[in-house]
Amino acid sequence: MSALSANTDGLRRRRAVNRLMEAIATAAAFAAVVVLGIMVVSVARRGGAAIDLNLFTKTPHPFSFTNQPSGLANAFVGTAVIVGIATAMAVPVGVLSAIYLNEFARARVAFLIALALDVLNGVPAIVVGIFVFALIVVHHGQSALAGSFALSILMIPLIARATQEVLALVPQATREGSLALGVSRWRTTLGVVLPQTIGAIVTGTTLAVARVAGETAPLLFTSSIVGDRLQWNPHLALASVPLKIFEYSESPDPADHARAWAAALVLISFVLVASITARALAARSRRRMGLHR
Amino acid sequence: MATTSPSLARAAELRRRGRFHPGDAALHGVTLVAALGAVALLALIAWKVVDQARPAMHRFGLHFLVSNTWDPGVHQVFGAAAFIFGTAVTSLGALLIAGPLSIAIALFLTELAPRWLRGPIGTLVEMLAAVPSVVVGLWGILVMGPFVANHLEPWLKHTFGFLPLFGGDPSIFGLLPAILVLTIMITPIVSSVSRELFLGVPQDLKEGALALGTTRWEMIRGVVLPYARSGIAAALILGLGRAVGEAIAVTQVIGGNVAIHWSLFRPGDTLASRIASQYQGATTKLQVGSIAYLATILLVFSLVANVVAQAIVRKVARRQPLIR
Repeated sequence: MSALSANTDGLRRRRAVNRLMEAIATAAAFAAVVVLGIMVVSVARRGGAAIDLNLFTKTPHPFSFTNQPSGLANAFVGTAVIVGIATAMAVPVGVLSAIYLNEFARARVAFLIALALDVLNGVPAIVVGIFVFALIVVHHGQSALAGSFALSILMIPLIARATQEVLALVPQATREGSLALGVSRWRTTLGVVLPQTIGAIVTGTTLAVARVAGETAPLLFTSSIVGDRLQWNPHLALASVPLKIFEYSESPDPADHARAWAAALVLISFVLVASITARALAARSRRRMGLHR
Repeated sequence: MATTSPSLARAAELRRRGRFHPGDAALHGVTLVAALGAVALLALIAWKVVDQARPAMHRFGLHFLVSNTWDPGVHQVFGAAAFIFGTAVTSLGALLIAGPLSIAIALFLTELAPRWLRGPIGTLVEMLAAVPSVVVGLWGILVMGPFVANHLEPWLKHTFGFLPLFGGDPSIFGLLPAILVLTIMITPIVSSVSRELFLGVPQDLKEGALALGTTRWEMIRGVVLPYARSGIAAALILGLGRAVGEAIAVTQVIGGNVAIHWSLFRPGDTLASRIASQYQGATTKLQVGSIAYLATILLVFSLVANVVAQAIVRKVARRQPLIR
């Protein structure tokens, strides 16, 4: 009798522990979602209140604490130029490395290159900034091109891994079928295999753009000493949205804070929309390739 | 992975049959150059950063690591001890909070949540990782900072004030806000890696445990967590690496102070955030060298952490085909 009651007591305790742990796990997941919610709502509220057309059409007013119209047109242009050039540099290198990794390299070589790409992905962005500073800026001064190079270093591993993962999913029979028809290997790779991964390349590139569009650290030492004029020339250091947010966030002028929130709203909208779209595309192309994950 | 790579013998055979195409060799060559370029980049980064740090390494040697001074004035004395300390405290603090939190989130997403909720919540948690660090930092200064200074820190001081960790005056800028910001930034990473790991635990092991009459938590503790143990270690190392390397958001909230102290409320600085905050001020070769020296320390740490974590991930992946 006593054994039985002890047993039910034990069961009750075990069930209580179970419920407690389940509650903790549920609370943790909701806490993360709530933090994201709070962050997005505060950016949307404060940024939404400060956003206007001037933000996109005017350049920063040279003085703080004025009511003159002021905007960040130069920063938006600068970010577009820097990220655009970075993408143009990173996509070919990323995609070609992925082709080598998946189509040509032997297992051991592929292992090492994939490891190197993953480790490159883990190098802190600020260290990449210092690297480009030492490589280029020390000799040629700051420029948008130097900034682009720094960002492209962050993009290459992302694009390469995204492409390679999908290349690995292309059925071997596709390659063999093409080769059996007498098509040469390089035309099989470029004409038959690669087109099947276009979706993944676009997705990987979009995610990489979303990631680097908000990167500040690599630009601090490569494209930060800028004026307030609107410039397109990539040989000059250009203003950028994340760096402007960084500067304004440490400014004493509340109007600067307002502009920082407005710019943050634009940036976060771009980044979130881009990553959600990329994810949706990735999920669709995965389903089409018959992979349910 | 590596598929039908034609060995030299096979290429020779193709050539004999008149099926060798110069295009094959060209594509092989071009892609090889791209891949080697990506790898060479890693070596070039290490070489250039160390090279830039040479003046400071020459002047201060390893004493740099234990010297607690950052004097860019006339004396030009630099040391990293305070920043190494700040990096250790903030990253480990963030890991201490984010680790259990992320594992709990991953368990919720794989074992508890109803199926229709898993996708959306998982996506939202990962969206947290997509928020640019400068925006997290902006939010950290202007929204979280005042909350921490006015509510969280006074409460901690009132409740745990006898601990030196929670002594000192509440402030917007300090180690604690940095820990919280880092927690927010590494939680999505650790939890998404952990989720992949938990998805890879064989269903029959889990069902076997449940069939023996365990509760869900006992099944998790007895089957899921031990099975994923080494993978979780890798996830935590990746999170730590990310926390150690984060510069911008930390610079914005940590207060930039060269000091070693036990109070989480007072300002400090980390390696990465010190580098970031020096971007306009560095004038002398020695100061630039010292900044590069800080970057070298960061680089060494991140290389070691990433190689170790990736090695574990790959070992686990061989056992569990689900994990990439």
